[in-house]
Amino acid sequence: MRALKTLALHALLLLLAAVTMAPLVWMVAASFMTGGEASTFPPPFLPSRPTVEQYVELFTRLDVTHYIVNSAILSLSVTLLSLLVNSMAGYAFAKYRFAGRDRIFRLLIASMVIPAQVTMLPLFLMLNKMGLVNTYFGVLIPGLASIFGIFLIRQYALSVPDSLIEAARMDGAGDFRIYWSVILPLCKPILITLAIFTFMGTWNDFLWPLIIMTDDAMYTLPVALASPAGEHVEDTELMMAGAVMTVLPVMLLFLALQKYYISGITAGSVKE
Amino acid sequence: MNERKTYALVVFLGPALTAIGLFFFLPVLAALVLSFTDFDIYALGNFRVARFVGLRNYVQIFQDPLFWTALKNTLYFLCVGGPLSIAVSLGAALLLNAKMVRWKPFFRLVYFAPVVTTLVAVAVVWRFIYHPRFGLLNYVLGLAGISPLDWLGDPHLAMPAMILLAVWKNFGYNMIIFIAGLQNIPTSLYEAASIDGAGFWQQFRSVTLPQLAPTTLFVTIITMIGYFQFFAEPYVMTQGGPLNSTLSIVLLMYQQGFRWWSMGYAAALAFVLFLIILAASFVQTRLQRGRAD
Repeated sequence: MRALKTLALHALLLLLAAVTMAPLVWMVAASFMTGGEASTFPPPFLPSRPTVEQYVELFTRLDVTHYIVNSAILSLSVTLLSLLVNSMAGYAFAKYRFAGRDRIFRLLIASMVIPAQVTMLPLFLMLNKMGLVNTYFGVLIPGLASIFGIFLIRQYALSVPDSLIEAARMDGAGDFRIYWSVILPLCKPILITLAIFTFMGTWNDFLWPLIIMTDDAMYTLPVALASPAGEHVEDTELMMAGAVMTVLPVMLLFLALQKYYISGITAGSVKE
Repeated sequence: MNERKTYALVVFLGPALTAIGLFFFLPVLAALVLSFTDFDIYALGNFRVARFVGLRNYVQIFQDPLFWTALKNTLYFLCVGGPLSIAVSLGAALLLNAKMVRWKPFFRLVYFAPVVTTLVAVAVVWRFIYHPRFGLLNYVLGLAGISPLDWLGDPHLAMPAMILLAVWKNFGYNMIIFIAGLQNIPTSLYEAASIDGAGFWQQFRSVTLPQLAPTTLFVTIITMIGYFQFFAEPYVMTQGGPLNSTLSIVLLMYQQGFRWWSMGYAAALAFVLFLIILAASFVQTRLQRGRAD
């Protein structure tokens, strides 16, 4: 009876796993098919003669490298800049006493309920006036500081003992020195978590780059993939190769650092 | 406050607070002002052309059949897709949490994989999976004797198709939160229940669900806020069609603001969305609290 139950349970788990993986496996399989093969009946699940011709096309005629570089520059610079900005602020909120600290912090937390879409129209007008439409800087601006990031780091920095900071001060370390060589190393796990969240969030982001990057040459990968030009590509296999190129970098990053990513999700869910 | 500390605070807090003030709070206020104007494509060149029109945009929104369609679609997506994806998340978490399950890390990884994918990319993939003739879904359904369906072309099927994609893409995220919640339930509660002769369902209803209540509230609110902002799926797969059956509020805002440049109207739409989200979060929290008392 017990063995039967275990068997049924695993059958269910395997079925769910198969359903979950099927679209992704098919995406990869179709990207190795020859042009037109996916549009035959019955639909083939695996390529009959695997070929890399779609990828060759993607990298030569469609210059996908360009979009990869755009996405990479953007995601990396948002990640590095916001990590610096948020960790400094999170540390200050956790370990400095100043007038209005708790009130400001509460205001920030409360404003997290405002959806980003509200800010997009004025932000676009602002950047348009400043000539920052179609620039990396324009896209990265809303990502510079994140309230969620400040919150995560503050919660983590609270657990750093004050005695450690005092000891460093006794040794003659200045404020920035303490932040840089005492706090940052201690906060490493949460910094890695936040870095993955930010990188993936920026890489996968769609609406804001769609608004700001109006020039084809500045498109990020998701914007290029969804562009009207792409929509009329009848070539399913080519689109799948494009989808693979978009998904692959974040997938690999996740596989390498999944422990930090998963712990970040649960850390974010235990808000007071 | 001494000088050293003031200096340190300026350095540490200055960049973040400046960025948040300038690129978040200021635009929120500007959006509010914008929503009371008739800002359009002419004003884009010269801001002075825009005039204050009071509440006209808001009045117009409530008279616009497109807004009601978008609201109805968004609520459909939310009220069917939300509970469905939470139920699948909880189901998967319960399965994975069972003691006799082997290869847990493997299954967890597989279920979580769609979460880290790029929404636009998988929407492109699913567009082909939903293809009436060559799509994988119709083929599999065909094996079960179901005749081909035009998933994205039929106004009655397009929204269920979006929901299926969203559930597939998202259930792994909430699953992780549920697993953490399940692991926090003391085993003594289950032992006590089983001594009392409670079976699986009874244990689920009298121990698991009440103990998971705070987790469920959190999951419900973040899922709700996320689903209200439903945009990329219809943008990529249907452009809001067929017959506006997948037009969402954010898609309508995008079209009004950045395709037709009716920015005053679009700003008002964004605020209406914000107020709806605020009200819904408030009601959810209240409901759950009421249940707990």
